[in-house]
Amino acid sequence: MTVRTASDSTPTAQPASARELVLEVRDLSVSLRNADGLLPIVTDVSFSIAEGEAVALAGESGCGKSITASAIMGIAPDNAEISGTIILNGAAISGLPHRERRKLCGRHMGFIFQEPMTALHPTLTVGRQMTDTLRHNLGLSHAAATDRAAELLDRVGIPRAREILKGYVHELSGGMRQRVMIALAISCGPSLVIADEPTTALDVTIQAQVLDLLDEMRREFELAMLFITHDLELVGDFCDRAVVMYAGDVVERGRAADIVRSPAHPYARGLIDAMPRHGDQRARLTPIPGTVPPVGHWPQGCRFAPRCSRAGKKCTVRPPLAVHIRSDVRCWYPLKVGQ
Amino acid sequence: MTDDTILSVSGLSKNFKAVKAVRDVSFSIRRGKTFGLVGESGSGKSTTARLVLRLIEPTSGSIRFRGRELANFSPAELRAERRHMQMIFQDPYGSLNPRMSVRETLIEPQLVHGIGTPAERIQTAELLLAEVSLPRAALDRHPHEFSGGQRQRIAIARALATNPELIVADEPVSALDVSVQAQVLNLMRDLQDRHRTTMLFISHDLRVVQFMCDEIAVMYLGEVVEQGPRDRIYYSAAHPYTQALLASATGKRDGKRARLKGEIPSAHAVPSGCAFRTRCPHAFERCALEKPAIRDLGLGQKAACHLLDGQAVS
Amino acid sequence: MLRYLLKRFLLILPTIFVPLIIVFLLLRLSPGDPAGMMLGDQATPEQIEALRTQLGLNEPIWVQFAIWLKGILTLDLGNSIFFREPVMEVIPRYVSVTVLLTIVALILAVAIGITMGLISAMHRNKPIDRGVVAMAVLGISLPEFWFALLLIFVFAVTLRWFPVAGYNPPSAGLIAFGATILLPAIALGVRQSALMTRMMRSSMLDVLNEPYITTARAQGLPERKVIGSYAMRTAAIPVVTVAGLAAGYMLGGAVAIEIIFALPGLGRMLVEAVSRRDYPLVEGGVLTISLILAVLNLVIDVIYAILDPRIRYQ
Repeated sequence: MTVRTASDSTPTAQPASARELVLEVRDLSVSLRNADGLLPIVTDVSFSIAEGEAVALAGESGCGKSITASAIMGIAPDNAEISGTIILNGAAISGLPHRERRKLCGRHMGFIFQEPMTALHPTLTVGRQMTDTLRHNLGLSHAAATDRAAELLDRVGIPRAREILKGYVHELSGGMRQRVMIALAISCGPSLVIADEPTTALDVTIQAQVLDLLDEMRREFELAMLFITHDLELVGDFCDRAVVMYAGDVVERGRAADIVRSPAHPYARGLIDAMPRHGDQRARLTPIPGTVPPVGHWPQGCRFAPRCSRAGKKCTVRPPLAVHIRSDVRCWYPLKVGQ
Repeated sequence: MTDDTILSVSGLSKNFKAVKAVRDVSFSIRRGKTFGLVGESGSGKSTTARLVLRLIEPTSGSIRFRGRELANFSPAELRAERRHMQMIFQDPYGSLNPRMSVRETLIEPQLVHGIGTPAERIQTAELLLAEVSLPRAALDRHPHEFSGGQRQRIAIARALATNPELIVADEPVSALDVSVQAQVLNLMRDLQDRHRTTMLFISHDLRVVQFMCDEIAVMYLGEVVEQGPRDRIYYSAAHPYTQALLASATGKRDGKRARLKGEIPSAHAVPSGCAFRTRCPHAFERCALEKPAIRDLGLGQKAACHLLDGQAVS
Repeated sequence: MLRYLLKRFLLILPTIFVPLIIVFLLLRLSPGDPAGMMLGDQATPEQIEALRTQLGLNEPIWVQFAIWLKGILTLDLGNSIFFREPVMEVIPRYVSVTVLLTIVALILAVAIGITMGLISAMHRNKPIDRGVVAMAVLGISLPEFWFALLLIFVFAVTLRWFPVAGYNPPSAGLIAFGATILLPAIALGVRQSALMTRMMRSSMLDVLNEPYITTARAQGLPERKVIGSYAMRTAAIPVVTVAGLAAGYMLGGAVAIEIIFALPGLGRMLVEAVSRRDYPLVEGGVLTISLILAVLNLVIDVIYAILDPRIRYQ
């Protein structure tokens, strides 16, 4: 059996339509240098996002999704060593010096954080935080920036925008704060927005509102969205495509609906089975046995093998990311549809 | 109230100065059952949990535990009664004393309540560890050497140390990853089956509550807006808020989701009449004027909503 | 904001009065006869009695207190026994020196402290950071009077850049004033600047880890703005506390420095007045120091409220 390795020219790595690619990530690897040497955190991550597309970077804690995102943004920690290529709007940005990379933030890439309470400055007014970025990135005057900020707040559904601009973050509820974060992220017209667990810290009914808002923004501004999350149900509902990560590897990549409904990688299957779901009549959940191997203690060969019920002889060798029926899978014994 | 009822709460209220955190909450839990309290921020579910354990004093209302009114207990009696009620907290990193080894953590509740001889206590500690599937070697380790899921197991073992009648679990798996969450939830179900422990399970995650609980109460701004057996709530929720919670959680992107507008009101300014009316898609004039009474909808289900007038059983 | 300031202002009153009452009682209730001690061994009983009447020492204690209180409120603090002048004229001469010394020392301390602390935090664990931290430890360990003597020895005696001791008020010209104030200010300021360096460094390190700094960078804001506006605003608050403590210390207790450099400051005046039993001057001195510290605290509270809007609502 020949294994067709999935590259960026294969169908599932690229979006279905021929829209412009906003972000291309090729063979991204991130390692952290510490006193003991070089610790690999993330290995060979590749995916792309087109205009108006929402791609999920999904996985549990410790899989490397957050550091992948910060590497893309250019805000990885100082001791991080990054290899691979990152292409934004057709231009390679991974080789750029640090200062040039930072200039892309805000103007071309926007970022939405998980905890809006701590991700917004506690003692500067909301208006100041918004006008600072508008003035710096778009060169607007103070008055123009204030007007634009009020428009943006209005657009994200914050009532009495002018008053809120004069107020502070702690005066707002969680949902409001997250809307401010969204307004801030899109304020300078970026083509890519990275959202790191944007709804995890919010109440359920507010989550739904915020997700709707993100969806609206995506359609209206044709934003490419990278959605970092651990919630596979959300991935299935909200995203077009998904990149599932485990222990620093991409283990499955393809259309979100396909992966959630019928995952090919045993880990993805395990995650779906482990979640309590609506309409679930099971008496017991099916957890994945064992625990995630800590960084630096990854097993040789397939990193998921020690916990995998399907592990076999081949698993002592790290499987390549190969084309499978409907998605790219890193597994020697992937699940078939309906298994 | 039958002998089988472990906990019966009636008209429970708690005010923190101007904030009415819990308003007239009533429910009861039968032995061996798991009762779920579901709600978002400001719902009062965590405060209710603490009131039930009398960790804070209610402003009014009655709490009957094992047939006796908790308010009538003297401080000494209450302390002794606490061996029958234990708590598991949300934060696995904060709820274990970092300076105490696992052995000490598991022995302490027994020590406090004077259970067993020193040798017996250690033996119980070992048994508990085995029940939560942790190795015996864990006894000598300290909390920081364990992962979040493992710490929660230790917290569960500690809660079982005095063989309590009632365990109150306040968001016990919210801080855990999905696969770990599954392990811990399964464990809790197994232990409950084995020990016939009664559980009050608090969570904001409807999916988890559906899995764990036999009966569910939905809270909003300090009140119970709907309660009933699990399947009734899931398949025929009557209150618009419950419906919205279910819709938010399951919603498909293109489907018709009943989107609630607006924010959760502050507990300082609870809306008049029905507290939910500011966000309810079906609110009408009566909702602002009159607080809806709790209506019995049959089969154990109750909800407080003016829309249900025609459906009430009694 | 206004309510906050008013509350703070009202809190000043006990801060001023409690030390005064303590001093009042201590002087009146301590053993020995103050009048006799003031006049010395040669005094005749009539002279002592005359002084006692003059000082009102024969009245009941609460009458004395009423008289004393009236004096304070009308700003008539009596005459200094040693100087034979009204206390209200003696004190300002000394206060001005101490205040000027404090201002210069504080400016030095804050400028050095914030700059060094900032540099240190931004180049964490690199050689320059380690150097600054070592210097800060050295600065904190130095006894001030020893350092003062060292400064005199190097800069006044050996290099002859500065006079050894003495004081020229600003009216004598800026250079002359500077010459006498600089060495004492350095002696006083170095230790405080070391404390501020450490505080600035640790505060800035904490703040640089905060998510809102990452957000600011993610907005593309230039690093100087991120550090200068966003980080400094929150990092400065603990430094303001340390600066306030430093100012309080310098205003109230730089006695050793004042004596070594022969500066006619408030601390020195107070010590000498106590040894001379010059009670009116002692009381006046204590009142002055209390007032200055109280006003200082109020100023610091205002600065907090400016830097952190959340405080204004308390």
